[in-house]
Amino acid sequence: MLQDTPTDKNPTSNDAVFRVRGLTKSYQMGEVQVDALRGIDLDLHRGEFTVLLGASGSGKSTLLNILGGLDTPTTGSVYYREHDITHANEAELTEYRRDHVGFVFQFYNLIPSLTALENVAVVTEIAKSPMKPEEALALVGLQNRMHHFPAQLSGGEQQRIAIARAIAKKPEVLLCDEPTGALDSKTGIVVLEALQRINQELGTTTAVITHNAGIAQMANRVVHLADGLISRIYTNESLVSPDQLSW
Amino acid sequence: MLAMDKKLWRELWAMRSQALAIAMVIGSGVAIFIMSLSALDSLYETRERYYRSHHFGQVFSSLKRAPLAVIKHIEEIPGVDKIETRVISYVTLDIENFDEPVSAHLLSLPGSGSGSGLLNQIYLRDGRLIESGRDNEIIVAEKFAQAHGLKPGAKLAAIINGRRKILTVVGQALSPEYIYQIAPGAIFPDHRRYGILWMARKPLASAYDMDGGFNHITLTLAKNSNEQDVIDHLDEILKPYGGVGAIARKDQLSNRFLSEELKQLKTMATVFPIIFFGVAAFLLNVVVSRLISLQREQIAVLKAFGYSNSEVAWHYIKLVLMIVSVGVIAGIGTGIWMGNALSNLYTEFFSFPYMIYVLKPQVIVAAAVMSMVVAIVGTLYSVQRAVKLPPAQGMRPEQPTLYHRMLIERLGLQHWFAQPVRMIIRHIERRPVKALLTIIGISLACSIIMVSGFQKGAIDYMIEVQYGISQREDLIAIYTEPAPQRSLYSLRNIQGVEHVEGFRIVPARLQFEHRSYRTTINGIQPQSHLLHLLDTKLNKIEIPPQGVVLTDYLAKQLQIKPGELLDVEILEGNRPTVQVPMVGTAKQYLGSNAYMQVEALNQLLKEGNAISGARLKVDNRYQQQIYTDLKNMPRIAGVVEQRSSIRAFYDTMAQTILYFTGISTLLGAVIAFGVIYNSMRIALSERSRELASLRVLGFRRTEVAYILLGELALLTLIAIPIGWVFGYGLSFYMALQFDSDLYRVPLKLNLNIYASAALVIIVSSLISSAMIWRNLSHLDMVAVLKTKE
Repeated sequence: MLQDTPTDKNPTSNDAVFRVRGLTKSYQMGEVQVDALRGIDLDLHRGEFTVLLGASGSGKSTLLNILGGLDTPTTGSVYYREHDITHANEAELTEYRRDHVGFVFQFYNLIPSLTALENVAVVTEIAKSPMKPEEALALVGLQNRMHHFPAQLSGGEQQRIAIARAIAKKPEVLLCDEPTGALDSKTGIVVLEALQRINQELGTTTAVITHNAGIAQMANRVVHLADGLISRIYTNESLVSPDQLSW
Repeated sequence: MLAMDKKLWRELWAMRSQALAIAMVIGSGVAIFIMSLSALDSLYETRERYYRSHHFGQVFSSLKRAPLAVIKHIEEIPGVDKIETRVISYVTLDIENFDEPVSAHLLSLPGSGSGSGLLNQIYLRDGRLIESGRDNEIIVAEKFAQAHGLKPGAKLAAIINGRRKILTVVGQALSPEYIYQIAPGAIFPDHRRYGILWMARKPLASAYDMDGGFNHITLTLAKNSNEQDVIDHLDEILKPYGGVGAIARKDQLSNRFLSEELKQLKTMATVFPIIFFGVAAFLLNVVVSRLISLQREQIAVLKAFGYSNSEVAWHYIKLVLMIVSVGVIAGIGTGIWMGNALSNLYTEFFSFPYMIYVLKPQVIVAAAVMSMVVAIVGTLYSVQRAVKLPPAQGMRPEQPTLYHRMLIERLGLQHWFAQPVRMIIRHIERRPVKALLTIIGISLACSIIMVSGFQKGAIDYMIEVQYGISQREDLIAIYTEPAPQRSLYSLRNIQGVEHVEGFRIVPARLQFEHRSYRTTINGIQPQSHLLHLLDTKLNKIEIPPQGVVLTDYLAKQLQIKPGELLDVEILEGNRPTVQVPMVGTAKQYLGSNAYMQVEALNQLLKEGNAISGARLKVDNRYQQQIYTDLKNMPRIAGVVEQRSSIRAFYDTMAQTILYFTGISTLLGAVIAFGVIYNSMRIALSERSRELASLRVLGFRRTEVAYILLGELALLTLIAIPIGWVFGYGLSFYMALQFDSDLYRVPLKLNLNIYASAALVIIVSSLISSAMIWRNLSHLDMVAVLKTKE
């Protein structure tokens, strides 16, 4: 295990997919002002599998949302390749998400009225050069459950559908927010295997948020967040395969 | 099919009962719109075609007698196209097995005089035309024939100029001139007691000393001619021959009534659909808002995956359009069906030979476009709010709603209310706009139901005032021509006649400043027992010895105030033009007349003490005999017995009134159901977690239902009195729209109307509650608590 500096201002390689500088985010929650991010500098590299670790409220979801163009920062800049997404307007962000980003959420967020296949198709229908929905489902090992509705599937299966949905458009980045958060460890491992497989086979830059430190062992790089700041970053020299993980 | 479209279909199916309730409201609006407008177009088209094909005249004038040679002068009037002269007389009929007096207009058939332009042709429905030389053959109006079962070959007796003559019916016909058939002075059709007959001109002319002459003339006009110029010219020419002043087609009685009816239909075609579309917009807004708030996260996900705002918005608009389409298609179908039914009802009520059902494509397009626009406007706000939400925020659960201490608590009254009641009131207070719109929706439903009741109530009241309070006679005997006062003796001498009062009626043109109106002046006896003129409080007023009293509506139209001088041009006899002070107004719902003391009127006419007829109060036991005696008096041209006419009118109107009452009650119920059911479904959806939690805590189903349904019950109870106010306002507006010189519709809403409107609303909400009760039984406590809101 190699210790890095807590900040990441001078990346060793120039293949950064994301470059984040001085990022802050505050928002109003009812009558409370929340400072979710208080100055983040971070680069994510091409093909890298990064785990963002942190307790609830550490700001990791906010960071991921901003990276994915779901939210806008209060100050600071975020570059996706050479594109400044901090100053992108609504329409540009939509195009950005449509063409480059895949999302996986903690609660799967499948559309209940659509079957597994159709949930994937919802995305492939608007993507530029997607794979076939069936292919995407095969990648997560669910080719036999294509015509089931979300309510007929287990949590793990639902999350794998969500992964298939996220990767079906062949995004350059895959952003996962607590993908195993609602699953037991056995099912969680199946989901993580699917994520790893996508990362390795398609070379998709992957960022996974979790508060589960065990998962960090399968990542190339681990970023710790606390109170809206990066507390430390380190690189794993040897990766542990998901089936070796436990929590 | 795209996955997004599949989503749409499945979600639509899942919310089918709500969607259907909304579609019903939209469908009702569309249906009533298409029904009224297509019936309106059909009536216009049918009337136009009928008028054209049967050469209905454009200018009409009655006169005493003119020689046919006068036609030459009339032909020379610039703008006159065709001319038809006629002989018309008002006769009493004697029909077998019918004791009551029957009067009729006996007309010479068109085409049987010189200068005949074949105007006002009849439409022969049954039998044949009159053969030449057959002096005793007649054709009778279809309605009259039906009322008495007069088939070709039937015989009836007519008192023609004092002589009894047996006539043979050879055919049944209709005429563009008598689409609406009412006796002179009557306001309701009575096909048993008043009829139209046609006979050959020659025998009719002989009987009335009209050989080589005429007493009625009809004209059509050339293109681009000035109607008023022609009328003025014609009046000038006919003045020496006792012309009473020509009228244009628009003032022709049958045409007038028909036009008034069309005007009412038009009002209905605008007011009702506006209400329905307004309610539909509100319902869609409420339902879509809820749907969108339930789909907050889905919207966020779609956006996260790159769906644009407009794509997401279009997705929901499509959903709305699908609901609207169901409503529009059903509404068009129902509207066409109801439009047909209504047109047929009108064909029955009015005497049309046929009905051409006209459904203009633009009516359908307008209905569809209006529904779509209203629906989109109704939902755009919530759709817009949903897509505006940044996806990251969308995926966060909604903030728990902030409840405040409510008014009652601030007033320290909370101890008066149990916890569930507080929940109800807080929930209403939290969404005041929604609660308000729900109340408005239910109120509108209530008001629509009241409108139908109002029409019936108005007619009842009109009749009560006119024939119960104002006109107190049993019979009116109309003379063939004015006769001296002493003619009343013979009437008084009839056994069973208790009281007789003579009256004088003369046609006149009343003018004040530049406003004028043609009507009749009624000369009545001072201290009359049988005709009471009424003030606004329905108290009897007396006519001063000098001066004229006007119907309130007429005074308003002429803008004349008591004390001002009215120009009166008498349209018969010596045709004097005089100034008479207007001394007061009389409240009247039917007609627009002028009243004077009979002596004063006769002084104006410079005639002796003449009367045109008499009002009779009779002993019912002698009624039959009185009829017979009156029929046998040569002086009497006709006998009017209003009470049986009113009964007959109610019989014919019953169907129409039932139809309209049925429709508006049904439509009101649809709105009420649509609003209440949807509000309940949404409340259930919004509060299912809350309610399930209460169930977990040990609340019974009835107790949970109380919280949910209690809110709607409270809103409904608030809505009903507001609905009464709306209903009153709507009825007031309708009454105002219906006002004309023919009749004014009084605004009389009796308790029944209020009660039945409330009843329909309550029943509708009970049905909704029953349906929601079923849903409450499916409230899955465990599942609801497990799922993430």
